[in-house]
Amino acid sequence: MFYDICTVFWRDWVVLKRRLPKFILSRMVAPMLYLVAFGWGLGRNIQVGSGSYIDFLVPGIMALNSMNISYNSLTPLCTERVYHRSIGEYIIAPMTPSAFLVGKVLAAVLRGLISSAIIMGLAFAFGATLNITVFYIVVLILNCVIFAEVGFFAALSTDSFEELSQVNTYILLPMSFLCGTFFTTAALPDIIRVFIDILPLTHTSYLLRGIATQSPVAWESVAVLVLYAIIGFILGMKAYNNQLK
Amino acid sequence: MIKIDNLVKEFTIRDEHKKRVKHLAVDNLSLEVQDGEIFGLLGPNGAGKTTTIRMLTMEMEPTAGNVVYNGCSIFKDPLSIKKMIGVVPQNINFDNDLTVGENMELHAKLHHMPVTERKRKIAEMLEFVELTHTVNLMPKALSGGMKRRLLIARALVHSPQILFMDEPTVALDPQVRRRIWDLIRALAANGTTVVLTTHYIEEAEALCNRVAIINTGKLIDIDTPESFCNRMGRMAVEWDSPEGRQYKFFDSRKEAAAYAADLEHGAHIRKTNLEDAFIELTGRKEGV
Ligand SMILES: Nc1ncnc2c1ncn2[C@@H]1O[C@H](COP(=O)(O)OP(=O)(O)OP(=O)(O)O)[C@@H](O)[C@H]1O
Ligand SMILES: [Mg+2]
Repeated sequence: MFYDICTVFWRDWVVLKRRLPKFILSRMVAPMLYLVAFGWGLGRNIQVGSGSYIDFLVPGIMALNSMNISYNSLTPLCTERVYHRSIGEYIIAPMTPSAFLVGKVLAAVLRGLISSAIIMGLAFAFGATLNITVFYIVVLILNCVIFAEVGFFAALSTDSFEELSQVNTYILLPMSFLCGTFFTTAALPDIIRVFIDILPLTHTSYLLRGIATQSPVAWESVAVLVLYAIIGFILGMKAYNNQLK
Repeated sequence: MIKIDNLVKEFTIRDEHKKRVKHLAVDNLSLEVQDGEIFGLLGPNGAGKTTTIRMLTMEMEPTAGNVVYNGCSIFKDPLSIKKMIGVVPQNINFDNDLTVGENMELHAKLHHMPVTERKRKIAEMLEFVELTHTVNLMPKALSGGMKRRLLIARALVHSPQILFMDEPTVALDPQVRRRIWDLIRALAANGTTVVLTTHYIEEAEALCNRVAIINTGKLIDIDTPESFCNRMGRMAVEWDSPEGRQYKFFDSRKEAAAYAADLEHGAHIRKTNLEDAFIELTGRKEGV
């Protein structure tokens, strides 16, 4: 099992390694824009609690960015399944489906962490003061795992890139703005807030922000994230088995 | 031995009115393939050959039925069966983000081959299909026939005991095809079981110990190529008529010659081949 996970991870690493400079460069664009627009531009006039807005903003950006990167690192699986059919190699290989899922998710986590490191570097350059701990990174990893699983599920359950991008438009994009990333959900009307507070990205944003500002840890949020990761795993396995039907 | 037991595959598809309908692609197929045998699966387009192979290789779950490899069911221990088998798929399915060499390496790693053996076997197989020079190219840079050769090379990297080949020699030039035939014979001589599909009936005739003819998902008949021909009549008379080319089969050359002599136009006498039997059993297509 471990060997198979490594093999699946190895494949994604080989592909990533070849494009690493491009990957890093392209991953700098969006966070840089957020930091400039919301941190420098709008942020000067915004007061949140005691700290500066940029300190509030950076954990939110890291949450939404790790979500997007890990989700999108799994979307090519859709074309690999539908058009190139290269996923067939894994299906007929003596390997359990879970090894495939875990290997793919770990590769997505790696991408998520690389891009998070880029943001961290940029944030410090923009003058943010954050307390980054091991626990902070654990939460980031958990977030990557959840959205990699969402990507895995989506890639194996949809038949075209277009359907896949709808997941992006209708689910990820709203989440990236509403889930406590750019402003606290307390500002939202109650009905919407209750719904938003259930979503995993909200918990990630608050957890990251809490750690960065050295507030007490919200363990219930950690539990929620773990639960999402487990559900994501089960759904991923279901999607894998469904395509054999 | 591979024992296929009442295998069924039913797809749900949408008909021309977009209504969901069931489509039976494989219909209660039962047969046995012996160890070391070269077994041919023949049938017209859409007969269910690929679907059958995909179920045998566990790429697809059967709707009903079972497949048993040396006493072990695919539902019991799929992983140890998967270790024994190699597959040349009908569709080219390389990972387009990996080079030729990396594609081979991925396959070897998926089969847990140790590094030194992996390197040696990959080099050997690439050499055999004359693709050593393409090791650092992306698959899209290969010609259609080169890709086919690479599919075969990849399937053999882990020295499978049982090899499934779905139209392995389609798009190959005659020289390469003959070499692949030699390879298949050599593999079988060394104890590898080969299950292949092909539309080149002469290929099945040249290679297979036994062939199964299937049509619309059902097994029509199963026999050795010689028996199929003998059952038709050993000799064929072929002539042109206003309705198109006509065929008639006879047990001896004498009878065939006597019949041909009575025909007004010139007739051609030859040995019956598997293609004659194939067409007889699967039906002539009107208007084709
Ligand atoms: N994934 C699928 N979904 C729905 N129907 C399918 C699917 N795969 C195959 N079929 C149908 O099942 C039948 C058998 O297809 P299959 O590919 O097994 O035929 P085949 O004998 O391999 O034909 P060919 O010689 O053209 O390769 C066909 O009618 C085909 O349309
Ligand atoms: Mg086919």
